[in-house]
Amino acid sequence: MRDDANHTPESLPPGPGVGYKPQHYSDILADPGPVCWLEIHAENYMGDGGRPLAQLRHLAGRFPISVHGVGLSIGGEGRLDPEHLSRLAHLVGWLRPASFSEHLAWSTHEGAFLNDLLPLPYTQATLARVCDHIDELQEAIGRRMLLENPSTYLAFAESEMSETDFLREVARRTGCGLLLDVNNVFVSATNQQTDPRAYIDDFPIGAVSEIHLGGHDEDGDDEGAPLLIDSHGREIADPVWALLDHTLARSGPLPVLIEWDNDVPEWPVLAGEAARAARHLEKVAA
Amino acid sequence: MSGGISQAAFTKALLDPDRPAPASLTSPSGAPAGKRFDVYRNNVAVSLTEALGVAFPVVRKLVGDEFFTAMAGVFLRAHPPKSPILMLYGDQMPAFLEGFAPVRHLGYLPDVARLELMLREACHATDTRPIAPDALAAIPPEDLLSVRFSLAPAVRLLRSQWPVFSIWLANSEEGAPMPEMRAEDVLITRPGFDPAPQCLPAGSAAFIEALMAGASLGEALEKAEGDAAGFDLADTLALLLEGGAITSILTRDSET
Repeated sequence: MRDDANHTPESLPPGPGVGYKPQHYSDILADPGPVCWLEIHAENYMGDGGRPLAQLRHLAGRFPISVHGVGLSIGGEGRLDPEHLSRLAHLVGWLRPASFSEHLAWSTHEGAFLNDLLPLPYTQATLARVCDHIDELQEAIGRRMLLENPSTYLAFAESEMSETDFLREVARRTGCGLLLDVNNVFVSATNQQTDPRAYIDDFPIGAVSEIHLGGHDEDGDDEGAPLLIDSHGREIADPVWALLDHTLARSGPLPVLIEWDNDVPEWPVLAGEAARAARHLEKVAA
Repeated sequence: MSGGISQAAFTKALLDPDRPAPASLTSPSGAPAGKRFDVYRNNVAVSLTEALGVAFPVVRKLVGDEFFTAMAGVFLRAHPPKSPILMLYGDQMPAFLEGFAPVRHLGYLPDVARLELMLREACHATDTRPIAPDALAAIPPEDLLSVRFSLAPAVRLLRSQWPVFSIWLANSEEGAPMPEMRAEDVLITRPGFDPAPQCLPAGSAAFIEALMAGASLGEALEKAEGDAAGFDLADTLALLLEGGAITSILTRDSET
């Protein structure tokens, strides 16, 4: 199977992909529908053996794979966990995925992994640290990574620059690419009471190699202002599809991922979301 | 550089719902973050509680969902994951349950957690190729007692003073019989990808325990016969062979 995986190209195709869930294994092999690539969470494939790795080896022979890390804590104040870096290097080494991405966030403090993508103040100190960590990661895995914009729920009094300026500077200093999560843009802009289209217009779009879409939940804060939660547990909201069109009009066709991590639906529902993404991509492909 | 909140302070507030959100975190209007900070608190607690629920489904069933959620909240704050690989999160659960006063009356609970932990470890253990079921037949009878076995990395053995297998089964399979009070030994093998736990007959656990420690077949046999009368060697070897638990036979000639 490793020989099959070697045919994987070095980039994702500019079509719809889905976040892979083991319960969809047989459905995907029987009929992937419009889905032309798959994304996995790196940390779920770091066991010594068993079914997850066997499934992944098999799928990698048939689909381009994107490896998406959710646990490196690139924004962490401490140093990157050398053991986790080598696990990532091992996975990327044998799988040779079409893409590797991680988050602009932190999740580990003094050895405790908090299992959430926690927010960062956008300061010069954060910028220097994030760039150092990305350099270290790109060195460890021997390839360029993509960095994803987060969903945020609050603001840091000490922030000195906008998120788009921060990401632009990270990409410039480290040479990394960017993963633009359009749902995160909508969630953050709503929560920060800013204009999501202005965010897209200001985003360093030339560095973007992948787009994420996912569902969110609606809530409110203590003052009754809207508070959206990035839950990945339902269909993508209509305004997010509209924001995708706005994004694709700037960027041209890109690989677009449907993320659905909680209350995961039957395969036809997920494939239906991928088909919807395909229709949005077709509008810009011409 | 600029002041502001450290990740140490953020983490402390994150794991303690009684603390207010750190002061430099705000809403866009500059109001205290309040409920906005709670989103992160909630993400951490809910996602780790969910991971523990998936990891220990029978423990959860035995104590009930509501109690399990409250207990998971205590556990995850005392023992947050030490790595981002959550597939094996909860290795401290058995010891935690032993010291957790509200479940002291459920003496079997720590062993149920041990069994569930072992099942997960077996799931993710290195893949190996078992020996052929008839491979032992090729060993000359006079050499048989001196052979040693390499066992698959997925093999686990749990010896309990509780009916741990029966409790696990009764809470995992519809229509399984009610547990009777007795000590039970459980062997986990992984033929293919699905761990297969089974209750062992008398003496088998002592035998397998000795093999796992590197004893020869003869030495293991002695242990088993010392442990329980009526130990059945052929049956126990058949369990191991059918479970794909033996990956190689080391004879005196093959040992290097």
